[in-house]
Amino acid sequence: MSEVDLHNRTKGAFQRLVSPELPALYSLARRLVRSGAEDLVQEALLRGYRSFGALKEDAAAGPWLKSILVNVFRDQLRKQARSVDELPVDEVETFSLYRTLVEEDPFPYSDTLHHDFLRAFGKEDVREVLMRLPEIYRAPLVLRYMDGFATKEIARMLAVPLGTILARLHRGRKRFEMEMWAYAEEMGLLLEEAIR
Amino acid sequence: MTEKQGTIPCSQAVGQLWDYLDNAIAPEDQEKVEKHLSFCRKCCGELEFAKELREFLASRGAEEIPPDVKTRLERFVEDI
Repeated sequence: MSEVDLHNRTKGAFQRLVSPELPALYSLARRLVRSGAEDLVQEALLRGYRSFGALKEDAAAGPWLKSILVNVFRDQLRKQARSVDELPVDEVETFSLYRTLVEEDPFPYSDTLHHDFLRAFGKEDVREVLMRLPEIYRAPLVLRYMDGFATKEIARMLAVPLGTILARLHRGRKRFEMEMWAYAEEMGLLLEEAIR
Repeated sequence: MTEKQGTIPCSQAVGQLWDYLDNAIAPEDQEKVEKHLSFCRKCCGELEFAKELREFLASRGAEEIPPDVKTRLERFVEDI
């Protein structure tokens, strides 16, 4: 960072830097929490302003703010200290959405069964499936596969060992697949009309 | 499928597919998965679906911010 930048950590500079990041911050918050996304963003903005001096490069403002938002989310989780609704290990480990689709064949006239299954899900459906996952699985999944953070970075943001994040990603992916199937059955997404 | 020497069963290969795509497994495990995929059509199908599901998740990532929420957050930033 240049000397000019170092002395330029003013309120105005913060506002100019943060404004273009608001949509991405809100989008991330919406995928992390069922309700209270706006509050989460506001708290992240307050913390961001307080530690604005720690931002080394203006170009890194987006990931920096997201990282703060995840910290706020993590702190909220700790306060709630909810127990995780675990499914039997075998049930999760042996589930394969790919295989389930082949076996159940919900769209018998389709030549692109797996593709059509995914196409039946809109953004709100995906969000609802995510919300059905316990937060400890949802957060790594969102950060890795939707926002593109590296696993090491996710471990740092959530303050858990890398091995724990890798295990949660593995289990989270399986549970996401299971919930997709259950949701599709419940919401009638497995009807031929849903993919037309 | 019977387990040949030096190969891994379908369950193990499928369990590692996402990590394989992420290059998050040891090189020797990477090789084992590749070897398995070279002769198992079913697991190749699983791999293709894993790739598609990853693209699907990435494409469903961005959520629109409602105009009223954007306005409120902009005001919040101004008032900090």
